[in-house]
Amino acid sequence: MPAIKSPSLSSRRRGRPAPELIFGDLWPYDPAPETADPKLKARYGLFINGRFVAPKSGKHFDSINPATEGKLAEIALAGAADVHAAYTAAQRAADTTWGRMPGRERAKYLFRIARLLQDRAREFAVAETLDGGKPIKESRDFDVPMAAAHFFYHAGWADKLAYVAPGRSVAPLGVVGQVIPWNFPLLMCAWKLAPALAMGNCVVLKPAETTSITALKLAEIIQDADLPPGVVNIVTGAGEVGAAVMGHPIPAKVAFTGSTEVGKIIMRSLAGTDKKMTMELGGKAANIIFDDAPIDQAVEGIINGIFFNQGHVCCAGSRLLVHEPVADRVLAKLKQRVQVLRVGDPLDKNTDVGAINSKEQLGRITALVKSGVREGAELFQPACPLPAKGWFFRPTIFSNVAMSHRIAREEIFGPVLSVLTFRTPEEAVEKANNTAYGLSAGVWTDKGSRILKMSTELKAGVVWANTYNKFDPASPFGGYKESGFGREGGRQGLLDYCQVT
Amino acid sequence: MVSGLMNAGQSVSLRRLFDDVGTVDSVGIEERVAKFTTRSIKKTAKVWGLRTAVTMVDLTTLEGKDTPGKVASLCRKALHPADDPTVPPTAAVCVYPAMVRHARRALGLNAPVRIASVATAFPSGQAPLATRLAEVRAAVADGADEVDMVINRGAFLAGEYGRVQDEISAVRDTCGAATLKVILEVSELETYDKIRAASFLAMRVLRPGDFIKTSTGKTSLNATLGNNQVMLEAIRDFYLATGVAIAMKPAGGIRTAKQALHFLVAVKETLGDAWLNNRRYRFGASALLNDLLRQLEKERTGAYQAPYSFSESAESY
Repeated sequence: MPAIKSPSLSSRRRGRPAPELIFGDLWPYDPAPETADPKLKARYGLFINGRFVAPKSGKHFDSINPATEGKLAEIALAGAADVHAAYTAAQRAADTTWGRMPGRERAKYLFRIARLLQDRAREFAVAETLDGGKPIKESRDFDVPMAAAHFFYHAGWADKLAYVAPGRSVAPLGVVGQVIPWNFPLLMCAWKLAPALAMGNCVVLKPAETTSITALKLAEIIQDADLPPGVVNIVTGAGEVGAAVMGHPIPAKVAFTGSTEVGKIIMRSLAGTDKKMTMELGGKAANIIFDDAPIDQAVEGIINGIFFNQGHVCCAGSRLLVHEPVADRVLAKLKQRVQVLRVGDPLDKNTDVGAINSKEQLGRITALVKSGVREGAELFQPACPLPAKGWFFRPTIFSNVAMSHRIAREEIFGPVLSVLTFRTPEEAVEKANNTAYGLSAGVWTDKGSRILKMSTELKAGVVWANTYNKFDPASPFGGYKESGFGREGGRQGLLDYCQVT
Repeated sequence: MVSGLMNAGQSVSLRRLFDDVGTVDSVGIEERVAKFTTRSIKKTAKVWGLRTAVTMVDLTTLEGKDTPGKVASLCRKALHPADDPTVPPTAAVCVYPAMVRHARRALGLNAPVRIASVATAFPSGQAPLATRLAEVRAAVADGADEVDMVINRGAFLAGEYGRVQDEISAVRDTCGAATLKVILEVSELETYDKIRAASFLAMRVLRPGDFIKTSTGKTSLNATLGNNQVMLEAIRDFYLATGVAIAMKPAGGIRTAKQALHFLVAVKETLGDAWLNNRRYRFGASALLNDLLRQLEKERTGAYQAPYSFSESAESY
């Protein structure tokens, strides 16, 4: 057979400048803002016992649009008395209505919530983007549909709870307290509420102070769905309110999603009580690329893993571990790919990376990036223009990162990728597990046996193979080590909201 | 035993080719191209995209019932796609070899529209090499500016890569000054891995400015965003490695302006500005042209016009 021609690359290139691709402005996309009305109120009260009520203190705080720094609405600031009222209402509902209702009846309410959410999907997507800064294409294509999917999925479980723990019987816990973060405000509501409600529990939930709006809009849907009063109560405010929700004597269980730091404080304060807990905390996931991986799709996965939702994702693939033979190629392709990411107005349908959720978070990201530069890592940022107003941060890639660098150890929770290399699968596992966290990991290889081996050796709650950041209501999600305990989603998630006898 | 060894040799060489050019994950690439379809192209960006797409059309008729008269009418449509004189001509007309001289007569010598001719026993390629080369020679002699050849899929699938490549080289040499477009017929290669491998096989013997092309338009599945993307990424990787810029032509199945814009978005975000012109990117299509015109007219007037307000070109693909 004649040899296949493959001219030596250097001979063709000699004496000519290295070829480059031009990602210029020959064909700029016109602004394409999503125009649906988010139907925001000027002022939101607390949602207690089925009604919106003013906080007893009479105090409110502003919810800010991170893309414009403008005020969106006033949010009620709950006090200890309001939290107590919410818990009292929840307890009453658990004792009188929701806790006694047959599962098939509860299912009807959950289906109704899911459908109402779908009906108002555009409105919710715009509200989510305005309040949190995430690109509209993500809130439209991911957050809102996925939130509805969680309600649908758990509605399906509500009349089949006998099969959650075959051979044993399950009963609701009663009242649960839940505190959720600002990165997926509506979706986290759904993750928390849907399994708790399907199981027959009543809830007091506190959204993050920077992103309360969609939780309160969901309260409107809960009203429209005619849920009995007190089944879901939503109190708003910052850390003190969260502490009051977690520390109250009524809830039989508290569920928290947020930073490891705060999770530890909560666990410390609840030590010695008989409250059940689930914690979904931080992460510093390793995304591992082997030399036989399909490189272009791996690059897509890396981009999706770290720049999805501006990197405000607890399972973000923030540490890239690349097999040395392909390290240069992967890095070059990554740099090229980030050049076509569009950073800017989150409401624009063509925006890939939106606004950083808060000024405080922007400061934290900036400080960690500075530390990366100081410690000797090599920084790359594309030259994309940033809006003059609002809180934005360029997609950032650090190469030559050492395991001891802060950017390789601490959760940045921003669009910052640290690139490290490895030589053998064993080294990859060792480096991937060399962290206090253990929430998620990614493995990219053409070799199936290697995927199975890696997934058993990686100490991570979720291991994605040849993909990243994929979620499904049926798939349990949760961590190892300082990434927390307990699972959300699937049968395992339901088990965390019931007593099994 | 002997055939077993030969098969082993062939699969080793396929393995080597894949190792060399890398593989493609089909789930990943389809996820990638789905994102192109969510780009929102409005107002001036839309008009630019539509007009650019018009200039990229290889207006095609490839039917047994083609006549000199029909080809002449196709040529007039290519020169003046719409009543609106500001609408640019298409890049080329694409016809069978026997129709090339009629197209040349209709277009004249200095026409802004090039003549592309399919050749090499299109669409199957199942003719002796000498016959296929003679066909190329005849098309070029009759005035074809561009030759659209088909690769020998039988040889490719049998693992005879050297032969596939040598045949492409032979056609290239026979083309002389004419631009060569190499049709991979992706639906017969079936996997993205093989499309990528075949792209490299062809590109390694092509000249700068020659094309790789998805399909003949004669099979059930033709150009898709997925196989277009595999080939764009192959072109990109080859360009960055060698500095040789190969052009791309998806053909068949692109019927609407919206689809064409999605393909252009893929070009913009994969290969960049240097490929957003008809020297580097073409659409093999016929029905597409009138939909582009219809959308342009809608952008201009704010209303959709009836189909009969646009002249017929040809029915193919």
